Amino acid sequence: MSAVVANSRSAGGRGAVRRWARARGITPVLWLVVPGVLFMLVFFVYPLFYGLGLSFQGKDGPLSAYQAFFDNRLVDNQGSRESLLITLQLALLASLINVGAALPIAYRMRGPVRGKRVITAVVLIPMTLGTVFVASAMNNFLGPAGWFNKALLTVGLVDEPLALTGNFLGVLLSLVISGFPFAFLLMLGYASGIDPSLEKAAAVLGADARARFRLIALPLLLPGLTITFCLSFVLAFGVFPSATLVGNDAGPTRVLSKIAYTEYTNAQYATASATAVIMAVIQLMVIGLVFALRSKLYRGSTAGGKG
Amino acid sequence: MTAEITARRRHAFTLTGAVTWTGLWTFIGGLLVAVLVVVLASFTQQLSSGWLPAQVTTTWYSGAWSYFDLPSLLTTTLIVAVAVVALSLLVAIPTAFALSRLDFPGKRLVLVLFLVPQVIPTMSYAVPLATLVYQLRLNDTIAGLVLVNLVPALPFAVLVLIPFVDQIDPRVEDAARVFGAGMRQVFLRVLTPLMVPGLLAAGVLVLVRVVGQFELTFLVAGPNSQTIVVALFGASLQAGQLPSQQIDAMAVVYMLTTLVLLMIALRFVDPTSVAARNRR
Repeated sequence: MSAVVANSRSAGGRGAVRRWARARGITPVLWLVVPGVLFMLVFFVYPLFYGLGLSFQGKDGPLSAYQAFFDNRLVDNQGSRESLLITLQLALLASLINVGAALPIAYRMRGPVRGKRVITAVVLIPMTLGTVFVASAMNNFLGPAGWFNKALLTVGLVDEPLALTGNFLGVLLSLVISGFPFAFLLMLGYASGIDPSLEKAAAVLGADARARFRLIALPLLLPGLTITFCLSFVLAFGVFPSATLVGNDAGPTRVLSKIAYTEYTNAQYATASATAVIMAVIQLMVIGLVFALRSKLYRGSTAGGKG
Repeated sequence: MTAEITARRRHAFTLTGAVTWTGLWTFIGGLLVAVLVVVLASFTQQLSSGWLPAQVTTTWYSGAWSYFDLPSLLTTTLIVAVAVVALSLLVAIPTAFALSRLDFPGKRLVLVLFLVPQVIPTMSYAVPLATLVYQLRLNDTIAGLVLVNLVPALPFAVLVLIPFVDQIDPRVEDAARVFGAGMRQVFLRVLTPLMVPGLLAAGVLVLVRVVGQFELTFLVAGPNSQTIVVALFGASLQAGQLPSQQIDAMAVVYMLTTLVLLMIALRFVDPTSVAARNRR
């Protein structure tokens, strides 16, 4: 406290002003946010608005770039509207699978579990692989001539190779492989942060495992869960290399960022920026929805009361 | 204590538990086979229809060394990654603390400022940002690469750290202040040690994102400042120019690089150690 008082004295201002400011939460501790905010204003907000301006400089009027997008006139008149749906489906499905799988596993691994270090290390492997490696692995392993299909054919389960790559399923699988470790690591951090004594108290009071999870752990985990869901969604929504390398970006898996990238490389800056803006709006809508739900939930210390 | 819990757990069988563990082990098994497949392919002389490569070769790895100029790629990648992690954590710790503890006018706006870079596509700010970097004459330099990579990394670190600060009981800081600790001491000796799991999670995630960051790095990088992922993507997007085994070999090198970085990061602390500390 003494440092805070000393700082506020050096920051100047009369006592009344200081009290007024403090009543509104403006304390010298606020200087802590200044470097980060300043950096973001110069190197993020300024470029962002420049890009937004570009999207309104289409060839035929301010909104022509957006019109071109919704009239399916982008990327040599290939559909851009259905890309919107494809991208949304891919990202939502992938993040639901990732969070849904990470929650129970992280919850079960918050305490002592045999082989925990090994499991954690192996689950984190995809983080080290990179999109190109995952794509290559999927094409080599799950492709028509891959080991998986070869094994199925040898056993006689299927008559012809399953189409697991080069389509929607392939991209979804690749997004799950690369996205699950992120979700898992975050959830493990949040789950380990819950004081075990809270659940012990519940157990003493007669709550069974299911009730402990539903009534104690889940509400405490929900803030972390929403963050994890949002980050997974964003990771899946903006990515295009996997859609190109594992999917078929001429149609079934042409995602929005691929369109933006193609327009950029064709020097169509207005339509590329418009596509990026549309992507941004959709993402913000989904994230806003999740956070609106989150604001209704408990948020605070996960430490127990008195020992 | 630990033995007792483990013994109890071994006997308890639940359906959800069985499904969870089966799913986890299927994922792990598939993953290991997939890695094995690519490593095998990178040693294959000629792709054929058999199960195993007919002829084993290391040509593709020496090719990776000469064709991609691997030593300089690795140096650049490492310097950029370490610099971005260090700088973003340094700025993110105080920011996350203030955002978690204080309530001030415009706080929501600041939160949105850190949230937006995470929820809009990289492409939408990458090109104008690259233009800015050109005007600052930082293109094709390590400093430029660090700068552009900080833009998504810093707010990401802040957002990951906020829930971890939330989890620390404010009374711990109050107690430290009562005993005469200044702001600096509270940060260095109370908050930072308590936030180690969060710092590790944030650091590792930032590290992997920076090493894997493509669009931003690609736009600012030049012949003197290529990272490994830019070279790799460049090669694999122009499919057909290089044999697929050459790209596999390069992907294996990339994997080993991030694997080593991750191992070093995970050596410092176990991300779940906070649970163990709470029990004492």
